[in-house]
Amino acid sequence: MSGYKNIWALVEVQGGQVKSIGLEMLVGGRRLADAVSEKLVAIVMGLDTKEAVKAAVSYGADQVIVLDGNDYGEYNTEGYTYALEQLINKYKPSAMLIGASINGRDLAPRLAARLKTGLAADCTGAEIDAATGTISWTRPAYGGNTMAIVETPEARPQLATVRASVYKRGEPDTQRSAEIIEESIELPAGIVRTSIIEKIAEVAEGIKLEDAEVVISGGRGVGNVENFEMLKELASILNGAVGASRAAVDAGWISHLYQVGQTGKTVSPKLYIACGMSGAIQHLAGMSGSDRVVAINRDPDAPIFEVADYGIVGSIKEVVPALIAEIKKLKA
Amino acid sequence: MNILVCIKQVPDIEKIKIDSAKNEMIMTGVPNIVNQFDTYALETAVRIKDANPETRVIVVTMGPAQTKDALKNCLSVGADKAYMICDDILSDSDTLVTSYVLSQAAKVIEEREGQPFSLFLCGKQAADGDTGHVGPQLAEYLGLPQITSAMEISIDGNKVLVRRLTEEGAEIKAAEMPALVTMSQTEYEPRYASVKTKMAANRAEIPVLTASDLGLDAACVGLGGSPSKLIKTFVPERKKGGLKIEEETGELSAQKLVALLSDAGAI
Ligand SMILES: Cc1cc2nc3c(=O)[nH]c(=O)nc-3n(C[C@H](O)[C@H](O)[C@H](O)COP(=O)(O)OP(=O)(O)OC[C@H]3O[C@@H](n4cnc5c(N)ncnc54)[C@H](O)[C@@H]3O)c2cc1C
Ligand SMILES: Nc1ncnc2c1ncn2[C@@H]1O[C@H](COP(=O)(O)O)[C@@H](O)[C@H]1O
Repeated sequence: MSGYKNIWALVEVQGGQVKSIGLEMLVGGRRLADAVSEKLVAIVMGLDTKEAVKAAVSYGADQVIVLDGNDYGEYNTEGYTYALEQLINKYKPSAMLIGASINGRDLAPRLAARLKTGLAADCTGAEIDAATGTISWTRPAYGGNTMAIVETPEARPQLATVRASVYKRGEPDTQRSAEIIEESIELPAGIVRTSIIEKIAEVAEGIKLEDAEVVISGGRGVGNVENFEMLKELASILNGAVGASRAAVDAGWISHLYQVGQTGKTVSPKLYIACGMSGAIQHLAGMSGSDRVVAINRDPDAPIFEVADYGIVGSIKEVVPALIAEIKKLKA
Repeated sequence: MNILVCIKQVPDIEKIKIDSAKNEMIMTGVPNIVNQFDTYALETAVRIKDANPETRVIVVTMGPAQTKDALKNCLSVGADKAYMICDDILSDSDTLVTSYVLSQAAKVIEEREGQPFSLFLCGKQAADGDTGHVGPQLAEYLGLPQITSAMEISIDGNKVLVRRLTEEGAEIKAAEMPALVTMSQTEYEPRYASVKTKMAANRAEIPVLTASDLGLDAACVGLGGSPSKLIKTFVPERKKGGLKIEEETGELSAQKLVALLSDAGAI
């Protein structure tokens, strides 16, 4: 185990754009690195990574290892695993943080199995022991009913996927500088055995759900598409994004891109307003990290009220328009 | 072709209650079920079999003796055969060890069935640990390509085509078989068992594989062989009795909420 040091954060680049969850990994990694006086290293992977490298430095990296090339332009499990295995064997980091995005949760377990090391999934916190360098990862289990502390005491590197919005991005510091190391790793022919046949891109309107500080989420109780428009209006005056339960997505009122929960996205906004949803555990799993929760439901016994800071018992048809009017007044 | 579906028995998390005095989960009376994502994996396999009758669907689980019930369940909704991996030395294995054991079992089952598997299906994640590690880790141990979080699968010759969600929308991914796919929720619901299929499942013989059947070294499995260690668990603090707003009209309630949120600096 000796010889392993420094904290790594994976920063993915897609279409020349840095993925914001990667920058959040730097924010979290910075704290761990400081606690043990080690370096924070950003691993920037993708095609056209110039802007991402700058962003990584301004979000706290002491060193940036860049892997730029066509092989990395599109995320693929086997290519990314191969390249990271090479880098990890060469530089021997003590830990690596990977965003718990769809890609991150595809990659991390494969990489952990390749390296025969431990992995903590979907973490919401991390503390490092200054003497041993072992990290205690906090993570939800049983749909968020319980939290677990897991560690990888005897293997290195320690790997984790970390939820979006656990480490909030502050202002970038553009004055910072860092050592930039350009690596080039050519993938052996035939190593990537999956291919993308078709991409069905949907352009999300407005602020991205994962990044939003306010989320207005609608469930089956919203009733129809027209009422969803009300939620969108409320979201827009609060500078937020719209979310949905599975039931609302299944009803066809909104695209699955907006689904929050176990099969959808995980959000941790400052304010989450749940409109017309019961609060099923699979939904709660995706929003339990919200700072403040408001629930609007006409059933006073709906379980969503158990996790709400403020609950309005009433119909969304009445309450939401009144909320819109009242907030408009406040903002005027 | 033969399909191996890895299933896990988990407590029905929807039935878990919290003892707020002791701050722990109340597990007594919580039924064990087949992990829901695994039921989608099984249903998907059985649908492939419906379309290609020469297909055989085999389920496997690693777990304590009571997981036999979960396997019987699977047999009653379309699986052709079930294998159970059961050995005391396997308890407290982490996901890496679990995947290793499953990979060894897959090889033994292939031998016993006289045919290699073309497709390996897992659930996207299991409702107990919620990790989603075992699928990709099993793919790594078996040296197979993986596609995670599938909503739909189709077979095209020796290729598997998968529709999956992405952060930007959806995509269709392809891999040559053998391959491993993890299943998210599908648009179709798993089928139900009938009295007849339940009775047949009850009579079915379920071979048990032990650590020695799989050639496992005791030092490499269980807690000792697991790099990830569970240190402790705790129930997160609940928002005890948030404020209920129940004014005369929805409008008055809305006004009160806005005042409260604004005072709290939340809007
Ligand atoms: C494996 C698996 C994964 C899943 N993953 C997810 C997931 O990722 N995300 C997710 O959301 N779900 C998921 N689900 C589904 C989940 O179990 C619930 O079925 C779903 O969340 C219910 O959505 P809902 O609360 O909108 O609908 P319901 O449970 O039907 O609740 C509707 C609520 O609206 C209220 N209501 C009705 N009319 C009004 C009105 N006019 N005004 C105010 N309130 C009203 C009702 O009182 C009720 O409480 C998953 C399920 C499974 C099995
Ligand atoms: N003990 C096990 N036996 C068989 N399959 C398992 C086991 N544990 C996990 N799996 C499979 O791997 C998937 C992901 O599980 P997990 O990594 O525990 O979240 C499950 O949905 C199952 O398909």
